[in-house]
Amino acid sequence: MQAFEYARPKTVRSAAHLLARRWGETEILAGGTDLVSLMKDGVARPRRVVSLRDVAELRRLEFDPRMGLTMGSMVTLHELIAKPEVAEYYPAIVTAAQGVRSEQLQNMGTVGGDLLQRPRDWYYRNGYGLLAEWHGRSLIPNGENRYNAILGNSGPAYFVSPSSLAPILIALGGGVRLEGPRGYRDVPLERLYVIPKSESEREHSIRPDEVLTNVYVPSASKIAMAVYEVREKQALDWPLIAAAVALRLNDDKVEAARVILGQAAPIPWPCLEAEKALVGKKVTETVAAAAGQAAVHGARALSHNGYKIQLARVAVKRAVMAAVKGVA
Amino acid sequence: MKRKRQKPKTQEKQGVSRRDFLKGTGVAMSGGLLAGAHVAAAEAASGPAGVLGPGAVPITLRVNGKAHTLRIEPRLTLLDALRGHLDLTGAKKVCDRATCGACTVMIDRKVVYGCTVLAIEAEGHDVTTIEGLAPEGELTPVMAAFVRHDAQQCGFCTPGFIMACTAFLESNPNPTLEDIEKGLGGNLCRCGTYRGLREAVLDAAETMRGGKS
Repeated sequence: MQAFEYARPKTVRSAAHLLARRWGETEILAGGTDLVSLMKDGVARPRRVVSLRDVAELRRLEFDPRMGLTMGSMVTLHELIAKPEVAEYYPAIVTAAQGVRSEQLQNMGTVGGDLLQRPRDWYYRNGYGLLAEWHGRSLIPNGENRYNAILGNSGPAYFVSPSSLAPILIALGGGVRLEGPRGYRDVPLERLYVIPKSESEREHSIRPDEVLTNVYVPSASKIAMAVYEVREKQALDWPLIAAAVALRLNDDKVEAARVILGQAAPIPWPCLEAEKALVGKKVTETVAAAAGQAAVHGARALSHNGYKIQLARVAVKRAVMAAVKGVA
Repeated sequence: MKRKRQKPKTQEKQGVSRRDFLKGTGVAMSGGLLAGAHVAAAEAASGPAGVLGPGAVPITLRVNGKAHTLRIEPRLTLLDALRGHLDLTGAKKVCDRATCGACTVMIDRKVVYGCTVLAIEAEGHDVTTIEGLAPEGELTPVMAAFVRHDAQQCGFCTPGFIMACTAFLESNPNPTLEDIEKGLGGNLCRCGTYRGLREAVLDAAETMRGGKS
């Protein structure tokens, strides 16, 4: 690990002032579960690390029946799981957080860290860069791509969005606050993520000197929701595919639907065709299966990940059924 | 466990143990290589307000109820501080990437991966290592159950598993097998002794609930 300066500011404003204006020079340390490993591997080589450990304002976790849920970015997954109001009003958020199958990571990992962890892609983690380009061409489409993108993969990015929380938070209409040295801005979570077009870009639209401070989730008392993850093993690992569903039901009929796939594309992937397939219908197994089929509209297999297309169909179908049955 | 504690005595008679030898050479080498780094550290301490390092800085770590002051670089992990500076070698360095759980220690009684916490981040918190669970050498119910059920083969994952099991049973006193599999998902045993591990956790839970002495 390259040596670095370390700062532990007490306010968001002073943290923002300690950050450089160019990516890579400084890094924000939250739970450390991703950054410390990236630094050991030399993938992240900041000259300064800004720890958010002592920024008390980032540890808020508040629920108001009218306003909804406010999560500070330094709230841990464990705190999120243990909060009774989250389990009661946002059961699918708890399911998603519990999908991180390690007590240690739930204790260390934070909401902000989950949303902004870097892709798990093998090429990226081994120093080939986010896009793994070699002589102007990505090595991924014909390389070791069994865990790579099936959607949004027309290039140049082929990694998958690794966040556990982002799909369900987007499905619920969540937003984030970003605070920089000159003030703050609020962004819908769905618009936070972008597919990078060059190696100098990141997989989100945050500026290098901004801190993600809070996540807001609107009240969801009338929303049926679920997260369904398909995984290779029961113990700690990222899912192969994850589906998040939020449905507004009226008399059994779907009035509005959001279907978001995680681990499927370089961004949490909104399945607009699946949403159309659900609206106006009474949910049955057949309707849920049709939504699953519609979810992979436009999917394209790389050389070794065709199986993920079927997993995505099934995950969406099962998430839709779980949502209407109320099993999160 | 008791048997193991007696072993070092016999080794002392024979001279220097393998572990002591390795530790000795490690210290000698790092002293030589890092002599220049300490000078640079003093100069580097004058960055913007509140910025520390990149050279060694003094920190205080509270481990197993005792405060220790050490000089470390901000990049040093808690695991490396425990093993390399405080001679607490119970927590093991295996994957070193927040995956296998062999380095599991507690911070404020919550389990974390020691390999992935910076030592400087643990300042002001209570760190508990496997050495702190049974300071008098008496086996805890979890340790005793591991021995009874042969819940280890090579033993390298064992300290991490004991830490994880101890924390798990504190919040799940009456677990099902499924709870155990989920609750210990953050630890790996490459020998695959999961059957013995599951039985040991069930047994320890029973002991701790007072069903067995």
